[in-house]
Amino acid sequence: MRVIEVPPSLDYRNVEDLCSRAGAAGAGPVLFDARRLRWIDPNGMLLLLAAGEVAARSGTAPRISLPAAQDVTDYLDRMGFHQAASSIFRSGVGRRRRPRQASDVLLEITPVTTNSDVHDVVDRVQARAGAILSRTLHYPASAVVQFSVILSEVCQNIIEHAEAPGWVAAQAYNWRKRLGRHVAVIAVSDLGCGFRASLEAEHAARFGDRWGDATALEAAFLLGLTRFADTGRGQGIQQIRKQVGRWNGILSIRSGTVRIADTPDWSSRPPLEEGLTHFPGSQINIILPERAG
Amino acid sequence: MREAPALRLTIDVGSILRVAVAPACPDLVTRPTGRAVRKAIEARIARAVRAPSVSLIDFTHVRILDFSCADEVVAKLLARYQRHDRPREAFFLFRAVGDIHLHAVEQVLGRHGLAAVCDLGAGYDLLGSVTAEERTAWRALELRGRIGPGRLAVELGERGVPVIRELAGRRLAWYCSTAGACAISAMARNP
Repeated sequence: MRVIEVPPSLDYRNVEDLCSRAGAAGAGPVLFDARRLRWIDPNGMLLLLAAGEVAARSGTAPRISLPAAQDVTDYLDRMGFHQAASSIFRSGVGRRRRPRQASDVLLEITPVTTNSDVHDVVDRVQARAGAILSRTLHYPASAVVQFSVILSEVCQNIIEHAEAPGWVAAQAYNWRKRLGRHVAVIAVSDLGCGFRASLEAEHAARFGDRWGDATALEAAFLLGLTRFADTGRGQGIQQIRKQVGRWNGILSIRSGTVRIADTPDWSSRPPLEEGLTHFPGSQINIILPERAG
Repeated sequence: MREAPALRLTIDVGSILRVAVAPACPDLVTRPTGRAVRKAIEARIARAVRAPSVSLIDFTHVRILDFSCADEVVAKLLARYQRHDRPREAFFLFRAVGDIHLHAVEQVLGRHGLAAVCDLGAGYDLLGSVTAEERTAWRALELRGRIGPGRLAVELGERGVPVIRELAGRRLAWYCSTAGACAISAMARNP
């Protein structure tokens, strides 16, 4: 059995560690060893699910050893991880029953397969996001509308472009040491065709030899290109970029071997990272910081 | 109104959303939802007993409007009835495009190079892509409601008539060389 050790901390900063470990060549059953996990954010949770799903494609459902720390397991439970993981991993999950109304969770891990899932996501965050955005992040009351629109657009990206199911999750944290402020983290992930394949038929020819993962992501992220000829398409990502920028947040998209990002001054992440372990599909990460002053 | 006879249709988008798409859901999100709502609006216009019509597209009961839906329900609707092969003579007013809707509507209009007559809470105004000249002429017409053919150059200046013609081509005003010009909001007030 191939054992993939999950690092003690798994969030947007080090998801590449797990990506490269999970992406390493190897056949046969896989065990994700998360016993030492102490900290995980929505990006980490969705990557665990995605890595498990990729491992399952080899024909054998992977296993997972859950964190030894009870508070981490409880947190994963509140975020709906066990429920989402029960259909992917062979054991260790699925026994727990998550209460329907989790009090401190912004948005539990939610599968996005159909448009009605997007309606459900938008409806659910209305009640919870308002208080977190206004009281914790000190955004204006109207921010809940923009926040809902962001969620709607990123979830639609899965349905319209990935041609495969995905997940979305969001949570607010106090990044006292890291940033000295609270943040809201939104993670979206799918194992669909990825940006390069989505755009290839419509746009690859015009880029010629330059066509690749980076060119495809730049085309979608910077130029708003989509595989649809319709002028009205491609606005979602552009508008999310503008709104996240207004809130001084991070927006990054990881697809294939590349990550592209809009990064504010408080982040040291580069705007483009190439040569990463291949990720089938896409991961979108949005971090919204508490308003300073 | 003999010069610009129009049938007024009040179209409650929230009601269409609940009946045709998502019962008990006040959120206008996802492109298929927007497309379904647009088609319901088009069907309503097609059933109108006469044309032209002025449709008051009322967003009052819509909680969230995302960009995909704004593109379908505002931009694509306007674009379809601007074309020469439009299915019917129809004009549009948009209501309750308050803060919660304003940004999405503005962005999609800008993307398509369109403009719309919107009730922003303090009366009607133009939203979207318009030149300063168009805006000035439109405001003058909106203020007066109607301007007879002989008064157009007097009221709007030398460039008034061609600019009003352009606005009429964009379905932002009504114009006839023999009857003059009429603001869309005036057509809706006095059908």
